[in-house]
Amino acid sequence: MKNNYVIEAENLTKKFGDFTAVDSISFNVNVGEIFGFLGANGAGKTTAMKMLTGLLSPTSGKATVAGFDVFTQSESIKKRIGYMSQKFSLYEDLTLYENIRFFAGIYGLNNKQIKEKANELIGRFGLEDLRNTLVGELPLGWKQKIAFSIAVIHSPDIVFLDEPTGGVDPITRRQFWEMIYETAHSGVTVFVTTHYMDEAEYCDRISMMVDGRIEALDSPAGLKKRYETDNMDEVFLKIARAK
Amino acid sequence: MKKLLVFTKKEFYHIFRDKKTLLILFGMPIFQILIFGFAITNEINNANISIYDKSKDYQSQKLINKILSTNYFTLHSYLNSDSEIEDAFETGKVKQVIIIEPDFAEKLNKEGEANIHLVSDATDPNTGTTLINYTSSIIRIFANELNKGVIPDFVIENEIEMRYNKSLKGVYLFVPGLITVILMLVSAMMTSISLTREKEYGSMEILLASPMKPAIVIISKVIPYLLIAYTDALLILLMGKFIFGVPIVGSLPLLLAECALFVMLALSLGIFISTKAKTQQVALMVSLVGLMLPTILLSGFIFPVENMPIPLQVVASINPSRWFIIIVKDIMLKGAGLDILWQETLILLGFTLGFILLSIKNFKVRLS
Repeated sequence: MKNNYVIEAENLTKKFGDFTAVDSISFNVNVGEIFGFLGANGAGKTTAMKMLTGLLSPTSGKATVAGFDVFTQSESIKKRIGYMSQKFSLYEDLTLYENIRFFAGIYGLNNKQIKEKANELIGRFGLEDLRNTLVGELPLGWKQKIAFSIAVIHSPDIVFLDEPTGGVDPITRRQFWEMIYETAHSGVTVFVTTHYMDEAEYCDRISMMVDGRIEALDSPAGLKKRYETDNMDEVFLKIARAK
Repeated sequence: MKKLLVFTKKEFYHIFRDKKTLLILFGMPIFQILIFGFAITNEINNANISIYDKSKDYQSQKLINKILSTNYFTLHSYLNSDSEIEDAFETGKVKQVIIIEPDFAEKLNKEGEANIHLVSDATDPNTGTTLINYTSSIIRIFANELNKGVIPDFVIENEIEMRYNKSLKGVYLFVPGLITVILMLVSAMMTSISLTREKEYGSMEILLASPMKPAIVIISKVIPYLLIAYTDALLILLMGKFIFGVPIVGSLPLLLAECALFVMLALSLGIFISTKAKTQQVALMVSLVGLMLPTILLSGFIFPVENMPIPLQVVASINPSRWFIIIVKDIMLKGAGLDILWQETLILLGFTLGFILLSIKNFKVRLS
């Protein structure tokens, strides 16, 4: 990567028939950055993320992820990214260890690596006793934290988090963000969508999406300064109203 | 390859940890063949009959002995008046009453002709007809024996042979039908449900964002069902052979190969359904109504296709199960080979390729 950007998007657009879900967005994400994608439901956050993860092919524009082109090299991109969504975290009818082994396995880790990583992960959470417990019996907060660890188990360049903290209590959310910081410090870029404005404060930079367009892109402090307010809720309301 | 194994293993965990799924996959075939084999049957054994012998002479007694010596009938009671006939039927136990006219032996000897009146309970028309047929044929044999030594003027004798299933056992037909139903159920319905489950839970997205190729995801999800469907087919064949004595006259390898082809067909159908259905509920309903009903009703399993009105026959022809039942029946009972069944086999192959192509097309559309 010649210019330190792990994600580069230029006029990236996705249309479904007549409807433009993502309207010509352009942005760059630095290595090791926590990049927040904010916006109301239906603003196009998830569609944008799906294009970057290779789940959807863009209608037009340009984008590279980890140096690979989203149009032609999505298979290579998939090897370099991790992905976690709010909708699904782990298979409930598999045990903790089986879940880890499965996801590590589909990312191509070998048995020795899987064993090491699984032990490390379980040890980090102090979950040795629950190793062979069905995941369905764990609380949601735990599942989300474990799912995040599994999303980065293959040491990706970038991890994409689609509203990872939906429905999780504030304390767990806090812990979850600590994990995100740790991960970012280790050099993994974090690309996260959320509609919790307090979470926006935790990001290095955020982009505000309204109706498929990026209306503002800056650090939280920069945005607050520009919109002359001291909290992100206000920033968001001002941007949404201006539209 | 290793990813495929990891995935297939996970799929087996899903299956073996869900008691309901297990029950459908293994309980259902056993349960169904026992029900069809023992309970639902067109054969009649030990039907209760009453006899009203108005004659009570040596000929009538001989006939009665002959009728009762078969295991089709059990004597419920002897009747002594006309009014008792109605009473006998009203108990619900008596299925047929045989009335022999007075002076039976005398009339036979003098006039060479005598009458027997058969009354059958036709609340169940099939049973009624079958009983009448059984009794009539016994009486005909009895009459033939009387004619021995005498040369009648003109006689045309029907010699009836029930080929391939001499004793007309219903289970002979049910085994091929059941294999079809179970393979359809396990392969098509269970696969479509398990694939839509991943979509519904959102895990499909995670899988597609991983380096796993979509085709590998689907193949590895389908493998367990392929193995289980095949086990079920073997189970039914074995139970048919050893519990109900259904023979496999034709080539076993050919039969197994045709089963494999049909499993592939049903799996591709299941995959096709899953590309269309958004939720497990929809997949279940589509499979039940769109696959199970035609497989049971429009395949020749229970109702012969030839007797259906033309529009229904057309519908039945585009039902793959119909062709598979013919194949299984002909191999098992008639010993037919590929030289006879190549057309049906080609039809199944065609369906399989068609559904695979349709699935690939639909899957791509969903991703773009």
